[in-house]
Amino acid sequence: MRYLPLTDADRAEMLKVVGEGSVEALFHDVPAAARLAGPVDLPAHLGELEVEQALSRLAARNRPAGAGPFFCGAGAYRHHVPASVDHIIQRSEFLTSYTPYQPEIAQGTLQVLFEFQTQVAQLTGLPVANASMYDGSTACAEAVMMAARITKRSKAILSGGLHPHYAEATWTLAHSAGVTTERLAPAPDAEAAVIGAIDRDTACVVVQTPNVFGTVTDVAAIAEAAHAAGALLVVVTTEAVAFGLLKSPGEMGADIAVGEGQSIGNALNFGGPYVGLFACREAHVRQMPGRLCGETVDADGRRGFVLTLSTREQHIRREKATSNICTNSGLCALAFSIHMTLLGQAGLKRLAEINHARARRLDAALAAVPGVRCITPRFFNEFAVRLPTPAAPLADALVQRGIVAGVPYARLDPEAGLDDVLLVCATETTSSDDIAAFAAALAQELS
Amino acid sequence: MNMLNVGRVTRSELAADAPSEAHGIVHDEPLIFELGGWEKTGVDLPDPELDAGDLAGLLRQAPIGLPGLSEPETLRHYVRLSQKNHAIDLAMYPLGSCTMKHNPRLNEKIARLPGFADLHPMQPVSTVQGALAVMDLLAHWLKTLTGLPAVALSPKAGAHGELCGLLAIRAAHEARGDARRKVLVPSSAHGTNPATAALAGYQVEEIAQTPNGRVDLADLAAKLGPEAAAVMVTNPNTCGLFERDVLEIARLTHEAGAYFYCDGANFNAIVGRVRPGDLGVDAMHINLHKTFSTPHGGGGPGAGPVVLSQALAPYAPTPWVVSGAAGFDLVEERRGEAASAFGRLCAFHGQMGMYVRALTYMMSHGADGLRQVADDAVLSANYVKARLSEAMTAAFPDGPCMHEALFDDRWLEGTGVTTLDIAKALIDQGFHPMTMYFPLVVHGAMLIEPTETEPKREIDRFCDALLDLAAAAKAGETAKFKGAPFKAPLRRLDETAAARKPRLRWTP
Repeated sequence: MRYLPLTDADRAEMLKVVGEGSVEALFHDVPAAARLAGPVDLPAHLGELEVEQALSRLAARNRPAGAGPFFCGAGAYRHHVPASVDHIIQRSEFLTSYTPYQPEIAQGTLQVLFEFQTQVAQLTGLPVANASMYDGSTACAEAVMMAARITKRSKAILSGGLHPHYAEATWTLAHSAGVTTERLAPAPDAEAAVIGAIDRDTACVVVQTPNVFGTVTDVAAIAEAAHAAGALLVVVTTEAVAFGLLKSPGEMGADIAVGEGQSIGNALNFGGPYVGLFACREAHVRQMPGRLCGETVDADGRRGFVLTLSTREQHIRREKATSNICTNSGLCALAFSIHMTLLGQAGLKRLAEINHARARRLDAALAAVPGVRCITPRFFNEFAVRLPTPAAPLADALVQRGIVAGVPYARLDPEAGLDDVLLVCATETTSSDDIAAFAAALAQELS
Repeated sequence: MNMLNVGRVTRSELAADAPSEAHGIVHDEPLIFELGGWEKTGVDLPDPELDAGDLAGLLRQAPIGLPGLSEPETLRHYVRLSQKNHAIDLAMYPLGSCTMKHNPRLNEKIARLPGFADLHPMQPVSTVQGALAVMDLLAHWLKTLTGLPAVALSPKAGAHGELCGLLAIRAAHEARGDARRKVLVPSSAHGTNPATAALAGYQVEEIAQTPNGRVDLADLAAKLGPEAAAVMVTNPNTCGLFERDVLEIARLTHEAGAYFYCDGANFNAIVGRVRPGDLGVDAMHINLHKTFSTPHGGGGPGAGPVVLSQALAPYAPTPWVVSGAAGFDLVEERRGEAASAFGRLCAFHGQMGMYVRALTYMMSHGADGLRQVADDAVLSANYVKARLSEAMTAAFPDGPCMHEALFDDRWLEGTGVTTLDIAKALIDQGFHPMTMYFPLVVHGAMLIEPTETEPKREIDRFCDALLDLAAAAKAGETAKFKGAPFKAPLRRLDETAAARKPRLRWTP
């Protein structure tokens, strides 16, 4: 077995030092009835070539996003990632290191986390950010729990523009801990209804911008209303490239900003691993979940970085911890940080402008198709179209024409009665030819 | 804006005898905020064809405040930083309970095939049949290896898996109208166990440990009752010992109407040799980043699928893969056959990139190789325990350990050297320290997990280094320890100051 260095001679010698006659004897604490006599019923080991062939065959049964015109967004986005990003994250020292518990020999990881935290803070317009969460949806759920701890209230208002999976993941975490969630009716302009739902029991309101329908909203008025009622505002962003162009959550009055960072530095990966962004106001930092990296000095007075404020965390506080989180999404955060460093503010702004322009081109092309109507009032790089027919079968039919058309809203939220809504997205990877092909295929399919 | 040396100690402020900023080829690397330029970028992008005038009033007015670097500067920055990290590819990384084993590069290659990496989670299922086949196949391997009939793949890490298991347990109790209030957790448990139980809405009650490092059955029996929803036991436990009364733990738990949750963090010790289903376990998370060697990546991403018994299977969270005449499909919503699912743990389908890596690892090893993994991991740990016991005190000297060897600090008594000092001195010998001060039930704990991927000569090198340190400590050479590490990129860091006045970001 190519990954196991011990030889039979090594094993025999080691057993002699241990003072046992066989490896079997080392398992004698296992009840005899539960010890398997031989291998389980699974295939035997394979060489590297055979494994690669078998799994390549499975990979070949998928249609990669890059294989043709492709318009899916809704929480996961196809962007170009510079080659150097993947090269760096595959360096052994980043790939094969653990959580930086011994800071003297983990300054590489720790400085990256400090830089990442600063980048996320700047992007979200809030003073502090943590070292990442599992993904945007779990970050959203944790933000609601954090708001409940801070306000000592137990109700969260979820805007109807919040990604339905985020709403479901938040409900799942919150309700078991006694925090109720009130999800408002989904609609492209759902944010308008949020203020009316705030009351004295509200711990927080959760608003997504751009929302799942793509609508961009200035949430400043919602922030004001929430604060007037003693509630916090949680702003969710699933498309991190939007930070390059749009007002930041902090600028609009958010108390907590969470987001999905996949767009920057990370591949689609069929939904994971991704990287959750989490930022908040300074006053609330001790209620934050997740790892935090802080600056300090070493015994010689030189600047260094350590994991800090760990008294919030499970390994110290056990059942009184702010969260049960142990692992974060370190390598994905590194990819995010490298890509962000390559972009800089200038590159991110340019990238965001290109995304927006591509989406407007897509909008113009689809609007020319009879029966198709954009229902998103203001969008960044994705929007919703209403079709004269249910979206899911149409998307399936377009696959036959070589087009992956977008995400039928009903797939995310089947009970909403929005079966004829298709969520479409364009990024810098979407070409004019892709857009023309989509519009033509759609016109043919609907005719 | 002054971006140079802000917040850092400059050369002139350092004591004259302080080490220089560049140690050989290891560089003192500034932050990107001290290196980059506001107008600089390392990507070439075309001009946008349209302006964003339609979003007037919604646009950011002030610059973000993030510098950029060209590609060569970027590479140099991160490669220099990387050289300040210890890594499993450099030397033994014997962090007990963390399972730092070799990460095969084939796994990385397969995960990056466009057919896996360039797939959107919400593409039509007809376009992702191979991806769903991977999930189905991974589920089959995990169920077969654990002897349990169902698996929830979506949890994103071990602690997320614990939450998944406890929420399934909670849903099962509630479905019977038998809401229960507490979860029993041994004192030696990982901190995530009590934290998860609290997050799932339970009170946590601690179970005592016997002097031989196992669950105290009498204490367990006394605390079980109509209020107990679950017992969470790590097996092999955090002392590196197999809970030899595991069948009795399961029997007592089930008799009280509670479920047996097993923390599978240490599954590496028994994979292919013991199926947790045969031990009476109802739910167990599997850290794919431990047992199945998806890279730890400096702290994630992980993946924590949870295997479930028949009784808990109906409550598994969405989504999951089903197969039918038309191929594979996804069950994504809590209705129909999924009506009793307890909810959804995250957007989309979980850590696909990790599923691919873990499956690649499993297929490489096969049933025979995985059994050998357990054998070699356990043999190596016992070898470490035997060799080090000549100078150090094993916490539980009687009988074999499983995949990790636990020492306490009795052997340091009177030397003035602590577990922390030993750990830091080990860095100067070129090794990552063992897990220290965990589990909490052992004084000054040092938990050493060599794993099955260490060659014997590396294990010997590690043992020799530790035995040398032990001799030095006992000989009163405290100077070797108190200031350690001396040879690392930085000396010992002031963690107290970091927590007292947190500086969590760069500021101009």
